[in-house]
Amino acid sequence: MLISINWIRDFVDLDGINIDELIHKFSLSTAEVENEIFYKGSDLSGVVVAEIKSVEEHPKSKKLHLLKVDAGEAELTDVVCGAPNVRVGMKTAFAKLGAQIGDITIAPRDLAGFTSHGMCCSEQELGISDSNDGIMEITDDVAVGTDIKSIYEIDDVIFEVDNKSLTNRPDLWGHYGIAREIAALAGRPLKAIETADLSQYKDLPPVDIKIEDELCKRYSGIRFENISRKVSPVNMRIRLFYCGMRAINWLADLTNYLMLEMGQPMHAFDSRKVEKIRVKRFDKPFEFKTLDGVERHIDENTLMICNGDIPVAIAGIMGGLDSEIVDDTTSLTLESANFDAVSIRKSSSRLSHRTDASMRYEKSLDPEMTTVAAARFVKLLSDFDSGVKVTSSLTDEYAQKFDKVTLNFDKKFVDRYTGIEISNDTIVKTLTALGFGVTLNGDEFTVDVPTWRATKDVTIKADIIEEITRIYGYDNFDLNTAAAPLYPVRMFEEKNAEEQIKDLLVKRYSMHEVHSYIWAYADEYKKLGIEVEENVKLSGAANPNIETLRRSMIPTQLCQVRSNVSFDTDFGIFEIGHVVDGLKADGLCNEKKMLGITLFSKTMSTEDLYMKMVNIISVMMDDIRHKSVEFRAAEADHAYIHPKNYNTVICDGKELGRIGLVYPTVLRKIDKKANVVFAELEIDAVVNTENAGIHYEETSKFPSIDVDLTFITEKYAPIKAAIETVNSELIKNVALVGTYSDDLGKAVTIRISFVHPERTLTKEEVMEIADRIIGILKDQGISLKG
Amino acid sequence: MNEQIVQLQQEFEAKLAAVKAVADLEEIRIAFLGKNGSVTGLMKQMGKLSPEEKKTFGAQVNQLKTECTEKINEKQQALAKAEMEAEINSMPEFDVAVPPVLARGSYHPITLVQRKCEKIFRSMGFTVEDYSEVVTDYECFESLNIPKFHPARDMQDTYYLENGQLLKSQTSAAQNAIYRKYRDQLINEGKPIRAIFPGRCFRNESTDACHENTFFQMEGVMVDKNISISNLIFFMKTMLSEVFEQDIRVRLRPGFFPFVEPGFELDISCLICGGEGCPSCKHSGWLELCPCGMIHPNVLREGGIDPDEYTGFAFGLGLTRLAMMKYGVKDIRDLNAAGLTNLSQFTEDK
Repeated sequence: MLISINWIRDFVDLDGINIDELIHKFSLSTAEVENEIFYKGSDLSGVVVAEIKSVEEHPKSKKLHLLKVDAGEAELTDVVCGAPNVRVGMKTAFAKLGAQIGDITIAPRDLAGFTSHGMCCSEQELGISDSNDGIMEITDDVAVGTDIKSIYEIDDVIFEVDNKSLTNRPDLWGHYGIAREIAALAGRPLKAIETADLSQYKDLPPVDIKIEDELCKRYSGIRFENISRKVSPVNMRIRLFYCGMRAINWLADLTNYLMLEMGQPMHAFDSRKVEKIRVKRFDKPFEFKTLDGVERHIDENTLMICNGDIPVAIAGIMGGLDSEIVDDTTSLTLESANFDAVSIRKSSSRLSHRTDASMRYEKSLDPEMTTVAAARFVKLLSDFDSGVKVTSSLTDEYAQKFDKVTLNFDKKFVDRYTGIEISNDTIVKTLTALGFGVTLNGDEFTVDVPTWRATKDVTIKADIIEEITRIYGYDNFDLNTAAAPLYPVRMFEEKNAEEQIKDLLVKRYSMHEVHSYIWAYADEYKKLGIEVEENVKLSGAANPNIETLRRSMIPTQLCQVRSNVSFDTDFGIFEIGHVVDGLKADGLCNEKKMLGITLFSKTMSTEDLYMKMVNIISVMMDDIRHKSVEFRAAEADHAYIHPKNYNTVICDGKELGRIGLVYPTVLRKIDKKANVVFAELEIDAVVNTENAGIHYEETSKFPSIDVDLTFITEKYAPIKAAIETVNSELIKNVALVGTYSDDLGKAVTIRISFVHPERTLTKEEVMEIADRIIGILKDQGISLKG
Repeated sequence: MNEQIVQLQQEFEAKLAAVKAVADLEEIRIAFLGKNGSVTGLMKQMGKLSPEEKKTFGAQVNQLKTECTEKINEKQQALAKAEMEAEINSMPEFDVAVPPVLARGSYHPITLVQRKCEKIFRSMGFTVEDYSEVVTDYECFESLNIPKFHPARDMQDTYYLENGQLLKSQTSAAQNAIYRKYRDQLINEGKPIRAIFPGRCFRNESTDACHENTFFQMEGVMVDKNISISNLIFFMKTMLSEVFEQDIRVRLRPGFFPFVEPGFELDISCLICGGEGCPSCKHSGWLELCPCGMIHPNVLREGGIDPDEYTGFAFGLGLTRLAMMKYGVKDIRDLNAAGLTNLSQFTEDK
């Protein structure tokens, strides 16, 4: 919202106050002001009122005229002018030689053989309107030669308040409310707004108004006749233009002016069209044409203003085309009303039509304002259009008042909230300046909240703190640390484990952490031939590409790998992210935090890459939980998974997740020559695995004996089982030396290290254990090689 | 001089001169000074000589023996030195200028910024909390004093799910759960609640270089008896100075957020110009950084904490924004795009 300092000056004396500093203070204490401040008229000088004394055709140009103008000097001035509306006797704005208009300094100028000694200006050139149809016509009775700035408010300072920062301040949607803040900030009194005394019309017939719907809180109306003015006064038009509104005609401008001044939206109807004002909703939807000529769909939730049963306006949003003021309108009905904020907000978003009126109503305007605004309207109307006749009483249907808000608190409350000392006197002064009624009894405050703040903004004690502190100024606060007992801050185990996993994967395995989205990107999946699996969806998703949540991180990572195939011949990515695996029994999402890892390689064999993943998972669990893991074959449960080498990862008998290969068709779409291995572990399962911790054992002082054994076997698992069966305390370590394949098949060589803590072992007792392992394996048909 | 001695001496000199390696010296020692060596042999001839001759001959042989020993030692030292020098000289000078093979992994930039913030807050007594991404309407709005008609609840901003839940649009969604988690400790043990909760947030908006539908925030709260606005400003200034590793100035302006009262927009002095005014702060000298405020009494009450007895402050930092500011990431979409050429640059940070 654009604010005019001139307008503010109507209500607060700002003489002697630095305006830039004041605006800055406003930004820090009330609402955010956009960076740029506009100094209107600062680039305009030397423009005076002049009268056109003669007009001659230019011999060489159809457009140009040769004028003699009286600019209040001894002699008439020769001017060449291209405006179509020049005529003898017309008064206009004239830029004399040496005048400044924007970047231009007026100098004698040759126009098709004639010299112009100055320039007649359009309102656009003066920067006071966007009208450039012709030169400005001055109808006010002012002497020629008068500096135009001395009669019109061209000099002004305009600043823009960010509308978003006014969301909770219905009172700041007009200049009077802003003026109240500025008065408080400047420490100056706020002048009362001048209004007409409407009680004089109380014996006139009322307007027929009935509120038939709870969504209308108050409806005030009054009628007029005999409006003669067509164009608004110049100063009013300048203010409207500076504040971002285009001047239309006298009545439309005046309703807009009132809205910008008091924040109260108003509407003027042709009285013939609103003989019986009814405010209500309709049972059935229908089409309605608003005054901007647009046909709009009105549903059963939209509040309408009607003439009997005929809708004439969308309440609080926009009037109808049919009830608009037209040329033969003689009698007007003014609406000054108050509607339910939520309803206006919903209707305006349903209609996708936000107007200056709806923007204000949706903030919960003060219903007390309707009659004051009407009285102000009558005052301005009769001030500038003296023949106007009021033909009705002020008719006021006040259906619902807001409750009066009174708050009680004491000095201690303020002290505790602020943490600094603000005196009772300052509190009283600040609140009084903002229009609050304050009674102080010792340290006890009783505060009556003014109606313009009580609609939703100030309802509890904490709201009062804001009023006191923002005017006090946050820059003036002493800063203090809080006094609180010390106690250790634990890092949660889950967090700890996640950080360890990230470190391990990045530092040890040179992997890259990535981020992704929680939904399945259908387009990306399609490139790999992966179907989006049925799952919880976003409701009313605008983008069908992202409507289904993902059940697994793996398809996401396969898409990410695909888009990175040119990054390197070998790389790995991982992410700790969330998936939603359907709904739980209680209807809530079964959300899980997962660790997804995917390895990509163009140099390693499928087996080597797979074994690398096996190793990564094993190292990870050994690292963060000092536990070993097992891998158990599983059935592929998704179409993108290779049926072979799909394994569950088991630790302490519980499943942590899965590792596997990609289905060949999917793999080929990622890269024809590369291998891809994925793993997905559930973070909760990993974290909940008990940490075996470090168990320190003193190194034996006695030598260990290593025994190498080579078995002819396809699988290592039986060897592992045999060693576990023998379960000898003397076995300190078992290592895989290697695997070989020859005519006899695959052979696995292991090295078993034996050690005794208290003595040197004999070859015999070691071999006795080794023989037991050999024996167990032999019974299973696995023989020792050589 | 006995001719035999002279001859032997000459023979020794010649042989010694021919030795080129330390290993060959031993051979000469054995040949001349060993048990069966030539010099030792001369001694054995002594028996045939007269006592007079013996005396002279003996002295001469001894002298020869001493000389030989010394010369062998000298030669040994010289050869050893030469050999060491040769070994040193034979060592090539490596080409250290070749590009290194780093084979580094990388952290997501959000992880780096998040870790840094977490470290700072932990050092100030804050716990680091985790929270789900799918939340209920109650968690995200109702418990936060966000009335039904608040714009934040409108469909265009929040991703609602078919089952009525939603993707959390703000980390504040965790506030209620955290108050409930710690309220007993607060009330019974007098332990203030100090917690931060970083997390992913979702907003239903179209994406461009400055807008993402998925981004990270970090919320923080502190609740105790007598937590004041003065404390809030102090903490924000202290924390942010740590985050940005410079003494920054903060400025509070009124801001409206339903879950705080009073609510503020916190600005920090521009990191580029320090407050003088420059293009990156649009010549204002300030950067709008984070919303904060005193926790609304209704929000505390909803969390099981009596607002007449306890007060607190809350703030929300945009982790994604911090990461972009810190590393000069210009397009927010790069953070979720998983482009390894970009992301692999974030190897480690302090």
